[in-house]
Formats: sequence, C-alpha cells, structure tokens
Amino acid sequence: MDATGTDLRAKVGGTVMKRLDLTRRLVALLTHGEIVVAGIGNANFDLFAAGPRPENFYMLGSMSLAVPIALGVALAQPTRKVFAIEGDGSLLMNLGALATVAMVAPQNLTAIVWDNGTYQITGGQTAATAEATDLVAVARGAGIVQSAWARDEAEFERLVRDGLAGRGPRFIGARVNQEPGAGRPERDPVLVKDRFMRGIGAKPAHPGPV
Amino acid sequence: MNGWSDTIIKCFTDRGIRLVTYVPDKVLIPLLDGFQAHPGVTAFSATREEEAVGIAAGASLGGMPSAVLMQSSGFGNVPNALASLLVPYQLPVVIVISERGVLGEFNAVQVPIARVIRPALDALGIPHVTLEREDEVAFLVTRSVHQAHRTQQPAALILSPRLTGGKMEG
Repeated sequence: MDATGTDLRAKVGGTVMKRLDLTRRLVALLTHGEIVVAGIGNANFDLFAAGPRPENFYMLGSMSLAVPIALGVALAQPTRKVFAIEGDGSLLMNLGALATVAMVAPQNLTAIVWDNGTYQITGGQTAATAEATDLVAVARGAGIVQSAWARDEAEFERLVRDGLAGRGPRFIGARVNQEPGAGRPERDPVLVKDRFMRGIGAKPAHPGPV
Repeated sequence: MNGWSDTIIKCFTDRGIRLVTYVPDKVLIPLLDGFQAHPGVTAFSATREEEAVGIAAGASLGGMPSAVLMQSSGFGNVPNALASLLVPYQLPVVIVISERGVLGEFNAVQVPIARVIRPALDALGIPHVTLEREDEVAFLVTRSVHQAHRTQQPAALILSPRLTGGKMEG
C-alpha cells in the first residue's frame, strides 16, 4: 500500500502509469481531426505538451466542466470523435455530468479520467478516489455502460481505439502518477477559442497573416 | 398557445439557436415543452446549472448556437462558469432565468438569491434584460440574442412574474 493506495486501489488493480505518456499515446492515435477537450490543470498541461493541435480545447478555469463542454461539442460536431480528459478531483466535483452523458448518449464521445487519488495541483490533498470512490464504477452506475479501467498502456490504447472505431458514449479510467504537468498552453482564452473553432471548422479557416 | 413562450422559442430558433439545456422549473414548462417538441432544437436537462452552462459552451464552441434555462435559485450555481468560461472565452450563450423571490414569493429561501442576480450579471459585464410585458418580448429577445451572437458575449433574459404569472403558493 503506497501513500494513496488502499483496498480500493488493490481492487482496481493495474499499473500506475505516466499521465504525459498516456496523453502522448492518445494523441498519436488521433489522425482524423478528433477533438480533445482537456480539463483545468495537469490534464491540459500534458495535452499541450503532447503537441499543440488545432482541435484541442484548453480549459483555463471552470473546474469540472470538461465533460459537459465535450458533450456540447460532440452534439455540435456529430461527424467527429470527441474526447474529454478530466482529472479525478475535477470529475468528482460534477459526477452528475456522467448521468447526463449517459442520458443523451452521444455516439461520438469518450471521457477519460486521469486518477491519481489526489488534488495534485493544489498540493496533493487526498481525494475520495484515493480511498473510496471507483470512478469507472460510478460511470457505469450513471449509465455509461462502456466504462473500463485501463490497467496498462496497451489496454489504454486498445480502449482509445475502441472509442475511435465504435459507438459511444464510453468512459476510460487510468491510474496515473503525480508528475507535474509538462507544458503550459497560452493563457489567452479568446486565442484558445479562436484556434479551436477554426481548427474544427466551426469558424472559417483563418485568412492568414493580417 | 402560450404567447410569451412561443415568442421566445420563435426568436431563438429564428436566430439559429439549436441546443437548449436546462434545470427544470415550473414557470419554464411552456418553454421546455416547446423546445422539446421543436424539430430543429436539441433540448435536454442537465443535473446542475453550471453543467448546463458547460454543455451550452461546448455547443457554441462547436458552432451550434445554444441557450441555458434555469430558475433564479439555480443562478446561484453558475457564477464561476460564467466568470471563467463564458465571459473570458467570449461565448455567446443565452441565459434564461425565471425569477422567483419577488412579487408574491411564499418561500423565504427564494428571496435572497433573487437580489443577487442583477448585481452579479452587472459585475460580470453580462448584459441582461427583464421581460415584463408580452408586447416587448419579441423585440427584447431578438435584439439580445442578435447582440450576443454578433458581439460574441453571453446575454441574460430574466423572466419576471409580471410576464409569466410566476409561481404562487398552493
């Protein structure tokens, strides 16, 4: 049993993986303009570090809203696959979002949670996920039938491929370590929005240098 | 036939709003039913008002104009989503708030938050209008939605009991 490990950790099992490595593995599988909405903090720090993409949306605030934002984008862009990436602390703040996703059942949405059992960015305070809450079980209970823990990197990639190939909604849980986020997206909300909307065709392509 | 709600639905859909998400409220029933029945609108409930704001923000980012509907008490759940998402990212989500806590309120706990709505919207720089008269609904709603979309800013419409009748005890 480690600092964050308890009976729940033993039950969930699997490997504690590196968040940045998993993020890179996800991005490497996205070859058809798939959309990624990354939650506040380390989720979007690592997404940016994995290589800027115009189809990435970086949340600079609004903790807990990565899954709702991704649901809205998925409904607006039904021909693109959409991934939400959220930390466990953020997801715990708004578990109801999983119920809404299950009810609306967007076929193109996969939600991923990075679970390190802590509120890492605020100093590593213990989160309910460390000792009590199995977020994959929560997602399944909320009605997202296709919910699974990725117990190692290969299984994570397989679950992402399933999301790319099959019908959603889906939920992927991954236990990750507590390395700090590797990059920082530019903290310019309007720029983030503009790049994203043009990147997915929701606004006309940028006319070029002005 | 319900005049004010049909007018709002027509103004919204004429201006391209295609996603509506809400936390239910009794006064909003004719709007909720109308949006649910509209073939060009995706309408569904969210579990919490800030979640509804997030969904509407995502739709807006995806190119699908959107609105959220809530009761005034639920407005108390959304300031951070407004302050850290809709306002700084300049997302033109239209926020409809049915007003409890005024003009015959019977429940004391509804009153304080009703006093917060307009000062909070003002502090956030979100333009708002209060709909009180049926003959003004089309003008105020159309202009508010148009300005939101053209200036890429959220806007709020407050539904007064003067318009809706509000909710009375019993």
